[in-house]
Amino acid sequence: MIESYLPILILLAISVVNAVVILGLTYLVSPYRPTSVKSAPYESGMPGLGGTRDRFSVKFYVVAILFIVFDVETVFLVPWAVAMRDLGWEGFAAAMIFIFILTVGLIYEWKKGALEWD
Amino acid sequence: MGDGIVNGAAAGFSPFLLGWIVLLPLIGFLVNGAVAIAARRYKPVPLAAASEEEDVAHRHEEHPATPEPIPATPPAWTKSLPTFVAPGVIALAFAIALVNFFRMLGAGDALPVIERYWSWMPVGDLQVDVAFQLDQLSMLMTLIITGVGALIHVFSVGYMKKDEGYARYFAYLNLFVFFMLILVLGSSFPLMFVGWEGVGLCSYLLIGFWFREKANADAGKKAFIVNRIGDFGFLIAMFLIFAHLGTLNFVEVFAAAPEQLAFGGAVVTAICLFLFLGATGKSAQIPLFVWLPDAMAGPTPVSALIHAATMVTAGVYLIVRSSVLFAMAPSASLVVGLIGALTAIFAATIALKQWDIKKVLAYSTVSQLGFMFAAVGIGAYVAGVFHLMTHAFFKALLFLGAGAVIHAMHSALHATHSPRDAQDMRNMGGMRRWMPWTFGTMGVATLAIAGIPPFSGFFSKDEILGYAWSGARGELPISQGSLFGVGGEVWMLLIGVLLAAAALLTAFYMGRMMLYTFFGPNRTGEAESPHLHEVGASMKWPLVVLGVLSLIGGLFQVEADVPIVNWFAAVAIGGPDALYNFLAPVTAPAAAVMAQNIPAATVATHPAWPVLLAIVIGAGGLLLAWYLLKPAALGVEGEEPDYRRAWERILHDKWYVDEAYDRGVVRPVVALSGFFARVLDRRLIDGTVDWMGRAAQSVGMVGARVQSGHVNTYAFVLVVGAVLALFWFSGGFAWLAAS
Amino acid sequence: MELDFQTSVDYFWALLPEIVLSLWAMGVLLADVFQKGSRSEASRPAIAWLALAGIAAAAVANVWLMTVTGTGGMIAVDGFRIFANFILLLAAALAILVSMGYLDRHAMNRGEFYVLLMFAVVGMMILASAQDLILLFVGLELMSVAIYVLVGFNRRDPRSGEAALKYFLLGAFASAFLLYGIALVFGATGTTDLALLAETIGTGVQDAPLLLMMGVGLLAVGFAFKVAAMPFHVWTPDAYDGAPTPITALMATGVKAAAFAALLRVFAVSFGGLHETWVVAFWWLAALTMIGANLVALTQGSVKRMLAYSSIAHAGYVLVAVVAANAVGAAAFLFYLLVYTLMTAGAFGIVIANARGDRERVSLEDYAGLGWQQPVMAAAFAIFLLSLAGFPLTGGFIGKLYILRAALAADQVPLAVILVMASLISYFYYLRVVIVMYMRPAPAADTHAGLTASRPLQVAVGVAAIGVILLFFAPAMVLDAAQGSVAGLFIAQEALFGLSRGP
Repeated sequence: MIESYLPILILLAISVVNAVVILGLTYLVSPYRPTSVKSAPYESGMPGLGGTRDRFSVKFYVVAILFIVFDVETVFLVPWAVAMRDLGWEGFAAAMIFIFILTVGLIYEWKKGALEWD
Repeated sequence: MGDGIVNGAAAGFSPFLLGWIVLLPLIGFLVNGAVAIAARRYKPVPLAAASEEEDVAHRHEEHPATPEPIPATPPAWTKSLPTFVAPGVIALAFAIALVNFFRMLGAGDALPVIERYWSWMPVGDLQVDVAFQLDQLSMLMTLIITGVGALIHVFSVGYMKKDEGYARYFAYLNLFVFFMLILVLGSSFPLMFVGWEGVGLCSYLLIGFWFREKANADAGKKAFIVNRIGDFGFLIAMFLIFAHLGTLNFVEVFAAAPEQLAFGGAVVTAICLFLFLGATGKSAQIPLFVWLPDAMAGPTPVSALIHAATMVTAGVYLIVRSSVLFAMAPSASLVVGLIGALTAIFAATIALKQWDIKKVLAYSTVSQLGFMFAAVGIGAYVAGVFHLMTHAFFKALLFLGAGAVIHAMHSALHATHSPRDAQDMRNMGGMRRWMPWTFGTMGVATLAIAGIPPFSGFFSKDEILGYAWSGARGELPISQGSLFGVGGEVWMLLIGVLLAAAALLTAFYMGRMMLYTFFGPNRTGEAESPHLHEVGASMKWPLVVLGVLSLIGGLFQVEADVPIVNWFAAVAIGGPDALYNFLAPVTAPAAAVMAQNIPAATVATHPAWPVLLAIVIGAGGLLLAWYLLKPAALGVEGEEPDYRRAWERILHDKWYVDEAYDRGVVRPVVALSGFFARVLDRRLIDGTVDWMGRAAQSVGMVGARVQSGHVNTYAFVLVVGAVLALFWFSGGFAWLAAS
Repeated sequence: MELDFQTSVDYFWALLPEIVLSLWAMGVLLADVFQKGSRSEASRPAIAWLALAGIAAAAVANVWLMTVTGTGGMIAVDGFRIFANFILLLAAALAILVSMGYLDRHAMNRGEFYVLLMFAVVGMMILASAQDLILLFVGLELMSVAIYVLVGFNRRDPRSGEAALKYFLLGAFASAFLLYGIALVFGATGTTDLALLAETIGTGVQDAPLLLMMGVGLLAVGFAFKVAAMPFHVWTPDAYDGAPTPITALMATGVKAAAFAALLRVFAVSFGGLHETWVVAFWWLAALTMIGANLVALTQGSVKRMLAYSSIAHAGYVLVAVVAANAVGAAAFLFYLLVYTLMTAGAFGIVIANARGDRERVSLEDYAGLGWQQPVMAAAFAIFLLSLAGFPLTGGFIGKLYILRAALAADQVPLAVILVMASLISYFYYLRVVIVMYMRPAPAADTHAGLTASRPLQVAVGVAAIGVILLFFAPAMVLDAAQGSVAGLFIAQEALFGLSRGP
């Protein structure tokens, strides 16, 4: 049984080696001559305006959280949709229950006004 | 009620409404408690304010916007209902108990009747039921509790009339009777323990009844801790009994004990000593007596019921109930007798110098309980129960009489707003002019407690002393026992001498109390004395009934073969030795155990001199008090007399003996008690408790410091714990130990 | 009804109480939001009563569940679960009752409070009935996430937010331990089913692979965190102190009871064969918890914090029943959880009631003279405190007695002695409150006038007080039920090993 995990082990080893090699090579090979321009957060990009600690409206976070919920819904529903015929009515019922619960959540946030920006 | 299993049916006796005897006081408690809660709305600081501020959201569904104005005084029914319910339920319970009593008399030597209600603690081999055991002993106790209890309830109606906590008071009092009945009727040690704790609880509730402003935290704590020590003994004894006999039901324990435990062995001795430790707590014996005098802060009828007639005698009941066990442990029995005798004399000396009328009676109670313990300790179980009964009559009467006096004093002092103490005997004097009934009945009780024939105390106290002298001549089975290598008869001689001395002191301090209270000029004050008055009917009649009982109570047990005493055989109630014969089924197993294991003692002889001595002691004590104290000048209220100057005056004045007593007896004893109080009570007990508390607290502080509020500290602790746990589960500790 | 879990429909029946409660909670959520819309105003009192009705409906479903038997499957249908469910529903009902006035006073009466509370209870019920480690974890997280939010529900109070954050961080930490433990156990045995685990593991402690033992150890740590056993209790005082008091009550009762139920099921049933090893670990946890928590409780000046430590100490007492790990112990365990729920919820109820406006009065001095100015309230508090201390005449005494008996039956004499000593220590701090209430005068005649005890809170406290007293005088009925309900729990084991463990 343990042998079946061998490919994962190999993958793990390769990624570790890969990362170490790349970082090690850049460290060893590259010249190191910093200037103020090079040290800027966005080298050859837009110059930064103001501090990074600005306050954002909490609405951003609300939207982000709502997005994650329905994002996860997709993650669950897509595999079910693919295998829907094999899963039969039982699977269908389970998916409907899942969708029902999320719908309740949607109604709640709608009525609560979470989807309105103002 | 219940699925009663009646064992005694074969003997022709079936209990009558046994459960209701216990249930009625509980019903009374519930009714009065409900009234008390209802009446609470009318107090000066009502919860009305609470309903004002009650959360906004709920207001609209509860009350209309304008709450009814709450009258300042409660309606009449909050007083009239408890007035009838509280004494009523107790009287009814007494009536049922009487019916059972006469049925029992008719049935002859009925077996204990067990009435089972429900299974209480069924765990494996520990099977305890809620069941009541009715036999001669519990019958007698039930009669005393409900009978004297009913009288005290009636008395309380008058005594507490003006108190705002009227209903609450009766609720507690009924609850107390309920638990006391569980204590005596319970058919197993755990059920008895329920009653044991319950009466303690009610006792604290009632002590604290008037405590609200004075707030004597130390006294409350002391009473609680002292009683926990006693309970600890009771619990240990129960565990020992269960461990060795596998049961806790009385019938089974006492049947199995003689067969499964060695006579005089370590186990049964330990059980008895731990039981006795429990008894010393509840019954205020050395060394756990300290709480009882403090308990006098409660209303006086409470002192009469709880701290004189019933609860404090629970320890005596416990020992008589367990007489089979004590009969098997003669040395433990001797300890009981010795402690009892020591307590009797010790408390009696303290009572000599008390000015507070209730304190005199409190120490007197401790002393009389000592007599009872001495009796049951030397194996005279019936004598102990007999004294318990007569003491319940005359001491309840004394307390109620004192209550009547205090009541009169209080209203007199109240009329002129005098700040003086209503309980200090130095403020009394000559009260017999205003209170002839109280004086007469208390006089009867005083003659009874002093042991003057034919009053009840004479018979019971003489019987105890008679047994002690008899034991000193080696005529009792326990005389054959030994303690610390000294023979039982020597100890019994000591017990007898101590008791005789205590009896003399008893007569003396009771005479002193009567003298200062009822005789001589009145010291209440010019303005106050016209307000003194005799008590009303509801308080007078209980005094009269108890007076009659104190007078004739001794005739229930007139020893037929003791000279002088048997002159009264003709008027004995129920014939000579009635109580002895009645209780014989209860004490017979203990007697059988002793007869089986102890070589037959010499036949008891009954000389006349002990009876004569007892009479001389009683009468002498009273007369001494009369002649030595009558001309004595009294000190100022609240101050002890200046003894040093008094000592100088002794050479000139005639009252020499009072001070001699003080220096010769009281002071050393007080000093000894002070020593005990300082060393034993404060340094040893309090000190140990404090030290344990402090040590525990300092450990706790370290623990509290870890609680810094920093999440990273917490996470660190978690990780350390997890690492330790994983180390264990991975066998790391085992590996370490092996290597 | 007989369930064999061959079809999904069986799961529907087996989960009926949880399903009823979940649907009801969603209904309450929608009812609340439709009634108010987006306006931020107080919810109607009806919402709270609706939530209470949901608890009642779940209880009815739970009663129906008593007629059902089921074997196999991821969800247990046995007496243990039903008994545990009743305890959890009782805890929830008491928490809702004491919340009603509280939320208004603190201006946080939002319907979401009750909805989250109900979801938390669903999680607890799943936790107590899971027959599979995965489902167990789902229940645990459902419960925990809802409770994290509830702890921080009082947004205006920074302490509430701090408590929520701490609880969340450390809780996530502990969940990780638990999940890692599940993974290792699965890795070692190839199953997460509790019954299968018991069979796979068998009795061979010596042969148990390191992987399995590490997994069991991690599970023990995870559970010890949730039941707040020392030294995994560190989050408890801060979280309990900062949380809204009704939630503190729910955490001290429901959360703890559910975690304990799962712990007993997992360790006594699945890891019964490894008894020798884990019993030592729990022995130390129990001893450390009993001694440590009681000692620290002595130093607390705040009654609420004292009760937090008291609840840690009680986790120690319950762990003694776990260590006993026999049928007597399991019955004592359930009995104790019931009486503990009643007395703890009642005690926190009094803490809630002793408040003026939105200011809770939790220091010891705030109780001075309460006994004379609010006699009913003080008497109830005294009953709860004495019961927590294990004083006779209260259910707490019987509960401790049964645990003691279980410990002695399993020959755990030193642990029994520690339990008794720890209870004696606890008398000091419980009695201190009683003495302050009755023996110390109040600063003013109206100090305690107008305390805001709402009617529902009075009901909750009254029910709890009567229950605590009744459990002393007639414990047999509950105890019989408890003994009957754990009978099935050990049958599988006895069939496997031919004995119930313990000498």
